[in-house]
Amino acid sequence: MKTGVRRFATADARLLPEGRLAGPMPWVLAIMMFLTLLAAAAGFGLGSAARSLSADVGNRATVQIVEANPDRRDAEARDAVALLQHQPGVEGVRRIGDEEMGRLLAPWLGSGGLGGDIPVPAMIDVDLTPAAYSQLDRLRAAVETVAPSARVDDNGQWLAPLGRLMRALQWLAVALVLLMIAATAATVVLAARAALDTHRATIEVLHLMGATDVQVARLFQRRIALDAAFGGGVGLVAAAAVLLLIGSRVAALGSDLLGSAEIPAAAWLLLVALPVFGILLATLVARAAILRALGRML
Amino acid sequence: MREGGFYFLTGPSGAGKTSLLKLLYLAQRPSRGLIRLFDEDIVTMPRKRLPGFRRRIGVVFQDFRLVPHLSAHDNVALPLRVAGVQDRDLEGPVQEMLAWVGLGHRATARPATLSGGEQQRVAIARAVIARPELLVADEPTGNVDPEMAKRLLHLFDGLNKLGTTVVVATHDLHLISSIGRSEMLRLDRGELLDPTGALRHPPRRPEIGSNGA
Repeated sequence: MKTGVRRFATADARLLPEGRLAGPMPWVLAIMMFLTLLAAAAGFGLGSAARSLSADVGNRATVQIVEANPDRRDAEARDAVALLQHQPGVEGVRRIGDEEMGRLLAPWLGSGGLGGDIPVPAMIDVDLTPAAYSQLDRLRAAVETVAPSARVDDNGQWLAPLGRLMRALQWLAVALVLLMIAATAATVVLAARAALDTHRATIEVLHLMGATDVQVARLFQRRIALDAAFGGGVGLVAAAAVLLLIGSRVAALGSDLLGSAEIPAAAWLLLVALPVFGILLATLVARAAILRALGRML
Repeated sequence: MREGGFYFLTGPSGAGKTSLLKLLYLAQRPSRGLIRLFDEDIVTMPRKRLPGFRRRIGVVFQDFRLVPHLSAHDNVALPLRVAGVQDRDLEGPVQEMLAWVGLGHRATARPATLSGGEQQRVAIARAVIARPELLVADEPTGNVDPEMAKRLLHLFDGLNKLGTTVVVATHDLHLISSIGRSEMLRLDRGELLDPTGALRHPPRRPEIGSNGA
C-alpha cells in the first residue's frame, strides 16, 4: 500500500494542473521569508552588539583624579594606580596618558594639546571581575584613602539604558520572527484550503476511485513544498543581498557601536537554515490542513 | 442483488435511480437503514476503510466526471495509478482499453476536446480498466450511437461473464432486452416496485396462465 501511495504521488503529480496552485503563493512566501530573515538578522546583530557593549564597558570603572594642582594630581594618580593593582578582583589598570587624553579632548579643545593651564583630571581605566564590579563601593572607599580627590565612575551605569534598549529590540525581533512564522503558517493554511476548493471535483473523483486522504494530500503538499522552496530561495537571496549591503555601509561609517552589530558565523548558518525550516513548516502545515479538510469529506 | 448478476435499474425521472447508485458506489452514506456490500455493512463502516472498498467498484458517472486537465489516456489510467500500478505495467491495458472503446487515436486528447460520446467512452474505459467486482453505470449509453451502445454493452457483458456484478441505470428498454440473463429492477418514488423479484424478467417470460391455464 505504501508503495502504491508513493507511485501515485510521483507518477501523478500532474494531476493538479500546473500553475494553478502556484500563482502568487510563492511570491507571498518569498516576501514573508525575506522579512523573517531580516527580523532574525536584526535580532542576531542586536544580540551581538549588546554582548560587545557588555564586554567593552561592563565590569569596567574609570577613576578620575579631579585635583587642580598638577603635581598633587599626578601623585594621587600614581598612588591610586599602585593601590588598584593590588586590589582583589582587579584584572587590569591603565592610566590614560596625556597624549591619548589630548586626542580624546581634541574635538572640544582643538589639536593644540592640553597645555598646562587647563586642569584636566587624570583618568585611570580599571577592569574588574564581575564579583569586584558588584562591590564597587568598597573599591571607591579604598581609592579615596590614597587619593582624596578621586571619583570612581561606573561606566556600566551610563550605558545600561542602551544595553536594555538593545535587549528590548532583540526580543522585538524574536517576536517578529515568531509572528512571521505564524503568518506564514496561516497563509499556507488559506492557500491549501483554496486549492482544495479549486480542485474539489477532482478530489471527489479520486476518492471515489479509492484514493486515500494521504494520497490526495501528497499531491497538494508536494506543490506547496515547491512553492515554499521557491519562496524560501528568493527570500534568502534578497535578504542576503540587503544584509551585505547594510554591512558594507556600516563598515564605511567606521562606528564602533554599529560595527559591533555584526552577525556571527553561526548565526549566518541559522539564517540559511530558516528557509529550510520554512519549507518543512509549510509542508507539514499544508498536510495537516488538507488531511483535516479531507477528513470532513465522505 | 446476487454476486455476479447483471441488473438494469429503471424507473421514471426522480424515481431515485441515481441516489441508489450513489449509495452503491459509496458517494453517499445513508443516515439510517442497512446496506451490505461485499458481505459487509457499509453504513457503519469506518471512513478509513472506504478507499479499499471503492477500489473494488467501477463507476460510470452520468456527467462522466473526467479530470479536465488530464488526457484521455491519463483519465483511463487513473484507477490503476490510485491502486499503485507502475507506469510500465499500465501502458498496455490502457492502450488496449482505449482501442476497445474506439479511442486509441485520441489517447492524448483532453476531455474538453472530446465529444460527449467520446467522453462517455473514456468514462466507461476508466470504470472498467481495473476489472472491478461491482460495476455501477448511470445512463452509460445516453450519448453514444446505437452501434457503440451495443459495443459498450458487450463490454459490460464480457466483464459480467468474468464475475463482475453489473448495475446499469437506464431508460432504454432496448438495452435491457439485449442482455438475456439480465434482471430488471424498477424504482418509483424511491421504492422498488417488485421487491419479491417475481417480475424481473417480464419481456422474456411468458405470462403465467396466458395459454388459458
